[in-house]
Amino acid sequence: MCGIVGLLVKTPALREKLGELMVPMLIGMTERGPDSAGLAVFGNPLAESQRKISVYSGLTEDGADFNWLGLSHELKSHLGVPVGIEIKGNHAVLTFDVAPAIVKRWIAEHHPKLHILSTGRSIDLYKDIGTPAEVAARYDFSKLTGSHLVGHTRMATESAVTPDRAHPFTAGEDFCLVHNGSLSNPNGIRRMLEPRGIHFETDNDTEAACRFLEWRLREGDDLETALQKGFEELDGFFTFLMGTPDKLALIRDPFACKPAVVAETDDYVAIASEFRSLAHLPGIKHATVFEPAPEEMYVWNA
Amino acid sequence: MERLTFDLATQPLRELNTFLHNDAKDGKARHVTVLNPDGAHNIAVGLDCPVEVEIIGHAGYYAGGMNKAASVTITGSAGTGVAENMMSGKVHVKGFASNGAGASAHGGLLVIDGDAGLRCGISLKGGNIVVGGSVGSFSAFMAQAGRMVICGDAGDALGDSLYEAVLYVKGSVKSLGADAQYEPMTDEDIAAVASLLDQAGLDHDPKAFRRIASKRSLYHWNADANQEY
Repeated sequence: MCGIVGLLVKTPALREKLGELMVPMLIGMTERGPDSAGLAVFGNPLAESQRKISVYSGLTEDGADFNWLGLSHELKSHLGVPVGIEIKGNHAVLTFDVAPAIVKRWIAEHHPKLHILSTGRSIDLYKDIGTPAEVAARYDFSKLTGSHLVGHTRMATESAVTPDRAHPFTAGEDFCLVHNGSLSNPNGIRRMLEPRGIHFETDNDTEAACRFLEWRLREGDDLETALQKGFEELDGFFTFLMGTPDKLALIRDPFACKPAVVAETDDYVAIASEFRSLAHLPGIKHATVFEPAPEEMYVWNA
Repeated sequence: MERLTFDLATQPLRELNTFLHNDAKDGKARHVTVLNPDGAHNIAVGLDCPVEVEIIGHAGYYAGGMNKAASVTITGSAGTGVAENMMSGKVHVKGFASNGAGASAHGGLLVIDGDAGLRCGISLKGGNIVVGGSVGSFSAFMAQAGRMVICGDAGDALGDSLYEAVLYVKGSVKSLGADAQYEPMTDEDIAAVASLLDQAGLDHDPKAFRRIASKRSLYHWNADANQEY
């Protein structure tokens, strides 16, 4: 099992309440996914030349006591450019004005146990082991703001319970994916992608789907074309929810083995594995509630 | 007491189900209204007395499951497995129903005003299902007895490996499953569809439906079939 949630606010005023509206959605999926939780939130993009990375220190010896300020000073003196930092315990968002590959290479050399969660101009990503309520409290999810987000609660079946195997998964820049289900050909996908220079960080099946779709987007496919190729290449059970800087997208496998329900009002689009995660949303009693069909693409614009 | 209301926003679901299993059976209420179901699983499961339950809102998995004699109405949508393994009575979903609606129902009537998801009526064992909208793929898979009336369309592989259940469809069928075939509508079929539509409160011309039943060619193992059916 696993639970997925997604929320896209149409009314700009609700951007300030994105996290507050989402936390009960995530906690509502605790029974479907009690072992880990995570989310990716998309906000206003940084300037064209800027990038930010979400970094996790839970795998280092110092854990939540990691010396983030020391890291930002080291990076600053190495790169010779200002580095912005926002710290939340074992998590930090670093902002800079150089190519992210340079920063990531430096981190891999000097702090190999730091785990890079996401890269981009719009995305912040949080994930860790623990119940959804614990993870939400750890990172103050209720205070998050932005236009849309993608969240996940995990009950592991295909790989171990570790922070890096929690969802969302990311690949490239400003793209993330959460998954309820299990793929039957992730190793075939890996064998196809690895000779193309695409590097995998875990043995998780969802990572294969994430890297496959991001590869298609990078090769020039639009989102709909990439998803169509996903239907053709990815075998197994899935409800996938994906986020890009301006879109939320959902697909389900042809057997609709994993659930999904959507509620839409003039103010928002909310997606969850089950209605019980949507029941608290404002105006839900008058929302249009529907079940997305198998093998159809649902794309909502932020 | 004739009527009673349970509010699941403040009362635990177990309190409701315990009441329905014990007190309602003892005649302490004939009509129970359930407020704020909010997608909870297992609402009004395993009932075995002629109580009327009205769920105002959206129900989660297995609502009205194993129902016997009771009449359960859901004003919103129903999650996976609504009225699964129903024995008798009636379950009425006014919105849409998710996958596996009415799975293996032995008796009773399941009415879904909206669409039903995949595998509706899978392994049906004698119950009747009327769907006002369309049904998803693999519906009535291995259905053994009972009837399904589908007023909208059907997805892929309708009636795959059917036994003796009979299906009536008004709209288009994306594909029939193995061993399912169209058959002419007899006067008996038209009367059966008319009666089920009437019980469901749906207004359609019974003559506009097509009958689908089993070819019965899978009933016996054919060693020469070479896995081609």
